[in-house]
Amino acid sequence: MSSGGPPVSAARDPAKIRIGHLTKRFGSQIALDDISIDIAEGSFFVIVGPSGCGKTTLLRILGGLDAMTQGTIEIRGAAAGRPQHSIVFQGDSIFPWMTVWDNAAYGLRMRKAPKAETDAIVEHYLDRTGLTRYAHFYPHQLSGGMRQRVSIARAFANDPEILLMDEPFSALDEQNRTILQQELLRIWEDDKKTVVFITHSVDEAVTLGDRIMVMSASPGRAKIVIDVPFERPRNVLELRQDPRYGDIVYRIWGYLKDEVERARS
Amino acid sequence: MDLDERARRWERRRDRLINVASPLGLVLAWEVAAQLGLIDTRFFPAPSSVAVALLASVHSGELANHVLMSLQRLFIGFVLGGVPALALGIVMGISRPVRAFIDPLIAATYPIPKSSIMPLILLVFGLGEGSKIIMVAIGVFYPVAINATAGVLQINCIYLDVGKSFNAGRWDTFRTIALPGALPFIMTGVKLGVGLGLVLIAVAEMVGAKSGIGYMIWSAWETFSVERMYVGLFAIAMIGFALTAALNEIERRIIPWKADS
Ligand SMILES: Nc1ncnc2c1ncn2[C@@H]1O[C@H](COP(=O)(O)OP(=O)(O)OP(=O)(O)O)[C@@H](O)[C@H]1O
Ligand SMILES: [Mg+2]
Repeated sequence: MSSGGPPVSAARDPAKIRIGHLTKRFGSQIALDDISIDIAEGSFFVIVGPSGCGKTTLLRILGGLDAMTQGTIEIRGAAAGRPQHSIVFQGDSIFPWMTVWDNAAYGLRMRKAPKAETDAIVEHYLDRTGLTRYAHFYPHQLSGGMRQRVSIARAFANDPEILLMDEPFSALDEQNRTILQQELLRIWEDDKKTVVFITHSVDEAVTLGDRIMVMSASPGRAKIVIDVPFERPRNVLELRQDPRYGDIVYRIWGYLKDEVERARS
Repeated sequence: MDLDERARRWERRRDRLINVASPLGLVLAWEVAAQLGLIDTRFFPAPSSVAVALLASVHSGELANHVLMSLQRLFIGFVLGGVPALALGIVMGISRPVRAFIDPLIAATYPIPKSSIMPLILLVFGLGEGSKIIMVAIGVFYPVAINATAGVLQINCIYLDVGKSFNAGRWDTFRTIALPGALPFIMTGVKLGVGLGLVLIAVAEMVGAKSGIGYMIWSAWETFSVERMYVGLFAIAMIGFALTAALNEIERRIIPWKADS
């Protein structure tokens, strides 16, 4: 049910991403300290941890936006013609000067996909995210939740092998978050891309993830990796009534509580 | 169409109406003051007598001729100064080394009043068309370049990260992020540049020109025909007004993502 052991735990499926002894320093400050983890192909991997523990830093390194100080990252077998990863950024990141459609088509256009293919894929993901009616709206005409959907549609439409998502729902209210979590699972269950999902919400981590890495802060370390036993497809609301749900949430809170107390002392 | 949209449209129409009403009010007050002898009509002739002179110069085709000449110089100068300014400004915004290189040059030359280099320009380019166009080009160059740089620099880093994460190349980054992201600032620069260009073309045409609005005003002064001078001033005001209106309309069209305000 859970690995419970050291941060490095053997994955059952072949690893898509293999992070070895990754360390990141900003000047003298250690943001990430010796992180080693395997992320299985096609799995939904969640990273949860207190603010400032280095979640975004880790994701940016995985996404090739920042360099690591030490360590290795291996990403297995990129299929030809498909981009390796897309990022859903923390906070608003869709282009204000593009319509919903153009935003969603951005990745495909950047890699010069044929127009017919681009149109079909964009149409598909706008439909999946409930944005078809708003295709020609500009971001300032949308609500925060809708903008976040555009960001997700943009990442999925790029058809990457790996999706890197940085707290995509944290700015949303409870209801919108629940709805979008369900939508995300539905889209993801279609084609099971490898997902690395960051959140600081324990509930969200348990709801979405196959495995959860709990991080500790200053320096950012992988504290423990926990397997989530729920079968797929999942129903976000029904899941919460499962007795095992409370157990896992409680356990993770235990690890995080240590963290908070340690940070205070 | 919902109520909100209708209210906003009404507000826009109201704003335009006020835009037109305020100069009309000024002219009306002036006419009344001139008729009542409250102002010296040797220096401030009544708008009605200016209108007579205006009609005469419209009739003879003189006015249209001068206006077209000025507009032509303004346009060529604008393209000549604005296009390189736009390119350089954006490149400065994107590239730190280029910025480090060009910034001090701009900072050192920008504060020089453009009209004060007129004699130098005349010396280099002679009394012909060249010097007039160069004056406008110089005037347009600075605000466009400076605003384009500022426009690129204020683009939120996250958009550049997005571009990078989607493997946008240099040209695509320029085309899809730097340019549209900086466009609102660039439009501000263009408006300032056109305004400055209009000032400079009028000044430039007062020296060694045989046509253009500036020449018309200057020759009116030389012949003491105050009404004609006012016709020239009126024409230049109208050009400024029309250009501003046109630029605002262009801005509305090319920046549709800007929230109506
Ligand atoms: N560019 C940078 N330069 C210096 N320090 C940085 C930089 N980026 C992040 N840090 C530091 O690294 C640490 C981790 O930051 P990071 O943004 O990864 O945290 P996070 O876990 O994503 O937090 P949150 O949940 O609030 O988003 C913080 O202490 C932060 O101050
Ligand atoms: Mg973060």
